Amino acid sequence: MSSSTWEAVIGIECHVELKTASKMFCGCPNEFGGEPNTKVCPVCLALPGSLPVPNAMAIEHMLRAGLAFDATIPPLSKFDRKNYFYPDMPKNYQISQFDMPLTQGGVVRYWLEDGTRGECRLTRIHLEEDTGKSTHASADGRLAGATSSLIDFNRAGVPLMECVGEPDIRSADEAVAFLETLARTFRELGVSDVKMEEGSLRCDANVSIRKRGAAEYGTKAEIKNMNSFRSVRRAIASEIARQIEVVESGGRVIQETRGWDEAAGVTHSQRSKEEAHDYRYFPDPDLVPIDVTEETVARVRATLGETPYERYVRYVDTFGLDSKRATQLVDDAPLAAFFDRAVTASGGKAQAVVAFVLGDLARLANESGTPLAAGKVTPEALAELAELTSSNAINSKAAKQVVETLWNEGGSAKALVEREGLAQVSDRGAVAAIVDEVLAANPNVVADYKAGKTNVMGFLTGAVMKASRGKANPTLAQELLKEKLSGGS
Amino acid sequence: MPTDRIDIRHVARLARLALTDDEIATFAPQLGSLMTHVDALAQLETENVPATAQVVPSRNVQRADTVRPETILAREAALSNAPQVQGPYFRVPRIIAEEG
Amino acid sequence: MDPFTDSAGAIARAVNARSTSAVEVAEALIPRAERVDAQLGAYLQRTPELMREHARRVDARVASGESLPLAGVPVAIKDNMCLTGTRTTAGSKILEGFVAPYTATAVQRLLDAGALPVGKTNLDEFAMGSSGENSALGLTRNPYDLDRVPGGSSAGSAAAVGGFEATLSLGSDTGGSIREPAAFCNVVGFKPTYGRVSRYGLIAFASSLDQIGPFARSVADAALVYDVIAGKDPLDATSVDRDVEPAAGFLREDLRGVRVGIVKEFALDALDAASRAVYEAAYADLERLGAELVDVTLPTAEYGLATYYLIAPAECSSNLARFDGVRYGLRADGADVGEMYERTRAAGFGPEVKRRILIGTYALSSGYYDAYYLKAQKARTRIAEDFARAFERCDAIVSPAASSPAFRFNAKSDPVTMYLMDYYTIPGSLAGLPSLSVPCGAALPEDGTRPMPMGLQMTTPLFTERALLGYAHAYERATLHAEKLTPVTAVIESSTSLRAPSGNRA
Repeated sequence: MSSSTWEAVIGIECHVELKTASKMFCGCPNEFGGEPNTKVCPVCLALPGSLPVPNAMAIEHMLRAGLAFDATIPPLSKFDRKNYFYPDMPKNYQISQFDMPLTQGGVVRYWLEDGTRGECRLTRIHLEEDTGKSTHASADGRLAGATSSLIDFNRAGVPLMECVGEPDIRSADEAVAFLETLARTFRELGVSDVKMEEGSLRCDANVSIRKRGAAEYGTKAEIKNMNSFRSVRRAIASEIARQIEVVESGGRVIQETRGWDEAAGVTHSQRSKEEAHDYRYFPDPDLVPIDVTEETVARVRATLGETPYERYVRYVDTFGLDSKRATQLVDDAPLAAFFDRAVTASGGKAQAVVAFVLGDLARLANESGTPLAAGKVTPEALAELAELTSSNAINSKAAKQVVETLWNEGGSAKALVEREGLAQVSDRGAVAAIVDEVLAANPNVVADYKAGKTNVMGFLTGAVMKASRGKANPTLAQELLKEKLSGGS
Repeated sequence: MPTDRIDIRHVARLARLALTDDEIATFAPQLGSLMTHVDALAQLETENVPATAQVVPSRNVQRADTVRPETILAREAALSNAPQVQGPYFRVPRIIAEEG
Repeated sequence: MDPFTDSAGAIARAVNARSTSAVEVAEALIPRAERVDAQLGAYLQRTPELMREHARRVDARVASGESLPLAGVPVAIKDNMCLTGTRTTAGSKILEGFVAPYTATAVQRLLDAGALPVGKTNLDEFAMGSSGENSALGLTRNPYDLDRVPGGSSAGSAAAVGGFEATLSLGSDTGGSIREPAAFCNVVGFKPTYGRVSRYGLIAFASSLDQIGPFARSVADAALVYDVIAGKDPLDATSVDRDVEPAAGFLREDLRGVRVGIVKEFALDALDAASRAVYEAAYADLERLGAELVDVTLPTAEYGLATYYLIAPAECSSNLARFDGVRYGLRADGADVGEMYERTRAAGFGPEVKRRILIGTYALSSGYYDAYYLKAQKARTRIAEDFARAFERCDAIVSPAASSPAFRFNAKSDPVTMYLMDYYTIPGSLAGLPSLSVPCGAALPEDGTRPMPMGLQMTTPLFTERALLGYAHAYERATLHAEKLTPVTAVIESSTSLRAPSGNRA
């Protein structure tokens, strides 16, 4: 959404459940689903006398996540208690991080569908624990109108990363692109499954508007309850429009929390954010500080591979792929790895390789339910095929046949072409001879062409292909046909 | 550091304690008296003194990321002390605010 | 072998040698505890069946060749420690019906070492108090004068051992809750260095101060318990990963060459005449044993109370937030969850607990955190520094454990007056130092007719438990003060269960 008068300012905050075997502070399993209240222990149920002990893998995941976004890792970090009462929070405080988080700063680089690139700075990423889940006994399961609530503590204590972005984002599309990059990166790093539908990625957006060119921020509203990337896009766009309308009709934007209503396509006011919570943060006396040495940072940094953004840029800038196809590859890590191996083996024929990977091979993979990387086609075979097509050694029809066979049987593309005699005939003389035969056999069509019906070229080309049993180089055939028909011999 | 009159009602609200007027009347002077002792701390020089983070300095106490089945409570045990349950859930009266 | 008066060491030796059985010990203790407790009220709950079960297991293990450090020794456990299957109440209505589904690490170690659980003892509610009077569930009396308090917060644990209802007990100490009742009840009470004993399963009051420790009728017995319960626990991130030097069997018998610090700020002229005399004699005894008395100063000790009564309530206000009627304990219904919280906590917590939650919440609240909580944590650093400086000049610091012997019930109805009972014990707690109280005589209270026991507090540097217990052991062996007094409950009992004055204490 663009407006010449107004500029939207958006800050995204998201919570990401970390992928660990056990919970953040106890030995209960960290798994989605399961019978209610079967993954609980004295610690995550906050029984009297229980104590938390931090999960080393969660801390490691956090460091990797931060370093992947060029965050700073301060040498000392600690846990703090965030005190407030809520029934799905067993201790009535959450163990979180206040003024000494594990990572600070950083930048998330993202790309939009149309290929525009942008970046958004991170304020910080910190580590905390998740709450349990409450379901509300009311007609529609919503909070309003409920008579009681039912609590399941399976999720209580799951490790959570809270990522806070600076208000650098200026549109709903950018917000989604930002989130998608976060999600891709976390998934690639293996630190989270990032599935919004399972709640392993949850986000809120702080949205405000201001006159273009203004230095100060407008009043912001916090938007919650966006359960998919689509919702995020729609909700933010809707909120921007709402705020513009409010201000343009003489009103003021109120600082408040607004919940997104997916069905109605609007946000509703939930409570006035004016009632700021006094969380009474203080360092958790049950836990000791975390020293992160330079050695640790170096070790963790060395485990990071190419980030999805870096891969996307490489595909577009180095291989010349268009944004859409580059994105498709980046979104499928095994596929991208396959693609990279094939390109390398083919000596850099990225365009040819991607045409197959996202074309015929994608179709075959889809139809069979087997991913390409798990199928019989090897990156080396694909590389050979790419070399064959880009050198015109075989034509597209033959290529299709090779692809099918490789998919079903595996093997070498070159060997297959030789075995089946699929090599394209590109010899001028040989093709010319066939062209002459076809022209001779179709005098009426020739006459039609010479009379101006140039669309019969398709028929003639087809006839040449048929006469050559599909082996003629169709481009050459057409070229020769044109030559001969226009008077050359 | 002045002796503020503690806004007992506000503090009680933060702590989710319903106090009777009698209790507030009783507590106010008692808490005030304690705060008088506490005010003496203002005289102690602490300008460049670090706060005690940990009485016994430890760092990096963590646990390996393994599930410990022996600590998991059977659901019956988990619910056994609950004042109210509904099926496999803990049941509470309705929640009014998003954060109680 | 006398199961009521023998030392833990003697009972364990007898059971391991199979000259008596754990079951016999249990069967002797069970009716005894019931009779005596009718007067003392030390126990909120006695656990005879559990005791018998453990006794049987101990006998089986001993029969199979095992030798257990505390085989068959009857132990009472403060009711703020979880023990599977037992009601664990913290002395509060809010946990009156709570049955623990797990066992505290320290308790488990004790039971694994062969100890027999006599029951769960009374305490000031959530360990907040210095007399035992803040319990919402029972009244415990001092075994030396039933009209006087046993001290707190480990009221029942001190009284049970002082009144010969158990050989040993576990208590917890945050600002003096082991040392002060030990002094009042004529027993040894020992608080190890912070982090030496796991807090897992101890219902938290102030997390950075709480420590579990033993009550016993001799320092040697206290050392036995310490050796069993101390040591790193992976379930408690604040428990230190440091080898435990065994103390039992390594206790010194004299104080030659030991520099004992007498603290200027704890000068005895603040005490009444009778109490002062007891401590002057105690200091003289230390010298007689070879110690060199050295003057030391803890200039910031006077800020101990203010510091403690900001930090402890702040931490407890957060630790007690979990008592909300949702998952366990008392629930007072409400139209909505918020109302339920407020009514439950109003009905479930006693006045002292409420006061501390209020102060603690206030000290952490927006706008006040820097002036109160943060300031107190800085003051704490200064207090710890003072001790470190003092320990450059001495090996141990001694002082009274309390400013007077046990007072009458309701004598200190003003909360702040009660807080002052912790004056001597708080600074050591703030610094995390190992500290104990050992009986050092008796004084006639101004309003009393019977001499009441008093305790000498000894404090040493971090992680020097063996040395500390050694100093106390040497003093105890040379003075044998505890044996000069007889508990009132012994009069109630038949005389055959009385121990002889110089008795088999070894």
